[in-house]
Amino acid sequence: MAKYILKRILYLFLTLFIIASITFFLMKLLPGTPFSNQNRMSADQLKIVKAQYGLDQSVGVQYVRYMVGLLHGNLGTSFQFNNEPVTALIGQRLAPSMQIGAQAMVLGTILGILLGAVAAIRKNTWVDTLATFISILGLSIPSFVLAVLLQFYLAYKWKIYPVALWDNFQSSILPTLALTALPLGTVARFMRTEMVDVMSSDYIELAKSKGNSNWKVVTKHALRNSLIPVVTIIGPMAVSVMTGSMVVENIFSIPGIGEQFVKSITTNDYPTIMGLTIFYSFLLIIVYLIVDILYGLIDPRIRLGNGGKE
Amino acid sequence: MEQIPQIPKEKFKLVHDENNAEQEKISTPSLTYMQDVRRRLFKNKVAVVCLTLLSLIVLISIFAPVIAPHNPNEQQVTLSNLPPKLGNLNIPGMNGYQNMGGKMVDAYKQAGAPKGTSFILGTDYLGRDLLSRIIYGTRLSLVVAVLATLVDLLIGVPYGIVSGWKGGKTDTFMQRIVEIVSSIPNLIVVILMMIVLKPGLTSIVIAIAITGWVTMARLVRAQTFQLKEQEYILAARTLGEPSMKIATKHLIPNLSSTIIIQTMFTIPNAIFFEAFLSFIGIGIPAPNASLGTLLSDGQKAFRFLPYQMWAPAIILSIIMIATNLLGDGLRDAFDPQSSDH
Amino acid sequence: MDKILEVKDLHVDFDTYNGTVHAIRGVNFHLNAGETLAIVGESGSGKSITVRSILQLLASNATIAKGEVLYHGDDLLQKSDKEMDKIRGNKISMIFQDPMTSLDPTMTIGKQVAEPLLIHNNVSKKDALKRAEEVLRLVGIPNPEARMNDYPHQFSGGQRQRIVIAIAIVDYPEILIADEPTTALDVTVQAQIIDLLRELQQKIGTSIIFITHDLGVVAGIADRVAVMYAGRFVEYGSVEDVFYNPQHPYTWGLLDSMPTLDTNENARLNSIPGTPPNLLDPPKGDAFAPRNAYAMQIDEEEQPPFFKVSKNHYAATWLLHPDAPKVTPPAAILNRYKKFEKLGGNAK
Repeated sequence: MAKYILKRILYLFLTLFIIASITFFLMKLLPGTPFSNQNRMSADQLKIVKAQYGLDQSVGVQYVRYMVGLLHGNLGTSFQFNNEPVTALIGQRLAPSMQIGAQAMVLGTILGILLGAVAAIRKNTWVDTLATFISILGLSIPSFVLAVLLQFYLAYKWKIYPVALWDNFQSSILPTLALTALPLGTVARFMRTEMVDVMSSDYIELAKSKGNSNWKVVTKHALRNSLIPVVTIIGPMAVSVMTGSMVVENIFSIPGIGEQFVKSITTNDYPTIMGLTIFYSFLLIIVYLIVDILYGLIDPRIRLGNGGKE
Repeated sequence: MEQIPQIPKEKFKLVHDENNAEQEKISTPSLTYMQDVRRRLFKNKVAVVCLTLLSLIVLISIFAPVIAPHNPNEQQVTLSNLPPKLGNLNIPGMNGYQNMGGKMVDAYKQAGAPKGTSFILGTDYLGRDLLSRIIYGTRLSLVVAVLATLVDLLIGVPYGIVSGWKGGKTDTFMQRIVEIVSSIPNLIVVILMMIVLKPGLTSIVIAIAITGWVTMARLVRAQTFQLKEQEYILAARTLGEPSMKIATKHLIPNLSSTIIIQTMFTIPNAIFFEAFLSFIGIGIPAPNASLGTLLSDGQKAFRFLPYQMWAPAIILSIIMIATNLLGDGLRDAFDPQSSDH
Repeated sequence: MDKILEVKDLHVDFDTYNGTVHAIRGVNFHLNAGETLAIVGESGSGKSITVRSILQLLASNATIAKGEVLYHGDDLLQKSDKEMDKIRGNKISMIFQDPMTSLDPTMTIGKQVAEPLLIHNNVSKKDALKRAEEVLRLVGIPNPEARMNDYPHQFSGGQRQRIVIAIAIVDYPEILIADEPTTALDVTVQAQIIDLLRELQQKIGTSIIFITHDLGVVAGIADRVAVMYAGRFVEYGSVEDVFYNPQHPYTWGLLDSMPTLDTNENARLNSIPGTPPNLLDPPKGDAFAPRNAYAMQIDEEEQPPFFKVSKNHYAATWLLHPDAPKVTPPAAILNRYKKFEKLGGNAK
């Protein structure tokens, strides 16, 4: 297991290196800089600014500099936003994004598990149909559409929640709800499929033949076995929540990294775009790694070797 | 049972043999695999409804120039932001009246619209007919989805087949690439591509396809790996059939279910990405309409003119829901064991 | 002898995509205390469904349309699910076919074996686990004390089946239903499991219903045999009766397709031509008639009743009707008749 984790961490750095390189050269491909359309600057001024950002050197030198900087945890300096270092920008804005992201993941996963389990237990009844319908809605309605609707009805029209404000827990409720739909739908569907599979397995029949009540069969045997594979979809779910957060943060004016990313795109702030791209990738690779390790820990078939397959 | 029933004696003649021929006949009519799939699909009511809805939407998109009542980009600034009106029918919400300062006012009269003018879904802030824009917008979104899916197929399927078929070092190398590509969040790649390329249809398709093929390649590879060991493929290989022929004659037909089902999940994904990119302003450039740009425009006016967002939101959701459900239906039809019947 | 279980006129239907399948069409049998009854038949004949009906462990699309399952005279089919839970795993328990999939992959085997005790008896967890350890030793798991916390995937197929058996007998059931317990195992392991079941029966005095499609296994364990075809019993009697004095042409076919020690090395094993009938629309007469070389007109028209062959030996074939023509069974069966006479029986 330790060897496996070590290997994975090595791959993590390799992947990050490749991502950083690709991002760097893609950004270099872009015509001009954010300053090139600022007519107010004279040629001399432009030269000074360029030198200040190291843009006067050859691409090769810039690349090496950037990579060395990365090794020291330096993601460069923003062109906009008061010339702040990108790491500082991320640092200030990480907390709100993490908060709504984590809230949405936890809420979506718990509700999704419940919904999926209930659908599987009441398979082919109206409960199942309703649960399937809810999860399909969650999967199909983009989070930004949901965000706008929630904002309009719950905040603007009925004034239950603040429209766009970031101060206390209350203000995180609407964005969390908007982001919850997708993980909820994904987990519910996955959970239902897994649990239907488990419920028709031989060991559930054996558990029933021992004299377990239906409730005990579900809680002691079926739930645990169907929950283990659910861990594997946490990674992809984190991606979708992250995607959603970019617009949802914008709609609710939340000072998070998603909102920052979109802002950087519209202002051609390349260092920030690059820095955030690498940061996002890093975050996701870490999530994938943790999920894999977690999966190995909770499934005895993997934890105790033998590959799990008979 | 101790009593012996009285039976006419002639019934005790042996009748063997003549039945045996009949025995070999199969009692139910045999169906080909595809017929069976179709039969199962059409028995699934939800799938049929979704298929019908989608066909309708596709047909409307194809015949958009004939169906759309107005030019989608034609601006009539005087007639901006008019509420929905359906002919002269007096249906609340569809009669051209608008709440202004607590009173219902005929917005059409106020804007000085010529008598008889009506826009079924109203107009946007530039006085463009919303219905026509939605029809054309859906068309554009579908074009993006279809093209992205095609590129997906053209890269993903051959990649998966080669990787799975060759195995060994080639496979390891190809899978490493897949691993790296899939560990970059696809949205970020899409956004990066959109920044580098000029906004527009081609860029969106390229951006979506550049990450989209990975899932397809993975699934196809896994399936090819399994198929490779099947007896009929082994037989074909032993008989010395060229790889290309095996691929087209044996592999592709057996991969078709995997490919079709995955396609049904790629389409909503592509539609979502287009909408997403256009929503944050780096997708389809103005004045062209797509579901994403309509949503983005609608959102800006949502507080006062909610119908401008509702209409594209509903169409987008219907397309997403229907493709997802149809995908489910197809999966159940192709693989009856995966369903619960 | 005490009848501890009696099944009367059992009918089970399945709702399927294509209509209602009449899988069990009037099955009658009983089980005496301490004996082993084997139910034999090809796949799809309804053996498994018959025994699963006893514990009401049927798929959700199955309904028991008619019949009684009397356990000490008490009809189990009238009991609520809650009352049934008290019987399952306690009075009547079951061993399943595939040991690879019958155990919960995420629960230690100690806990799995102790579970029935915790459900049915008021014992502490510690005592239950202790008892589980004893039972694991009894079924032949080496070093059970060290392996209580292991998971199923750490055991071989044969060992897993021993664990499944341990679960079934841990609460000393009166009746043990073994649903093809050896089918998924290697031949050498099969014999070990059969020996184990026989040994356990003597130690704890349970009655066994043993389901199999393998006649070779039956002789080693059963006291009585019932042959099943297309949802009905066609012949039943003692092992000697059914093996050496078979009367139903289907039993002939089954025995004829089984190699014996006397089978000449050049001889071909015979198979039964054709396939079982479609139970969506069961035949009016004897379901075996279309595959039966000895079929008569009456076989197609009317279901044969059970004719008594000897005490405790019955067969449902019109060939036993006094008016039926005398037919000569296949040579292999005639050989068996000869042996039966040597054993002191009176073959037909």
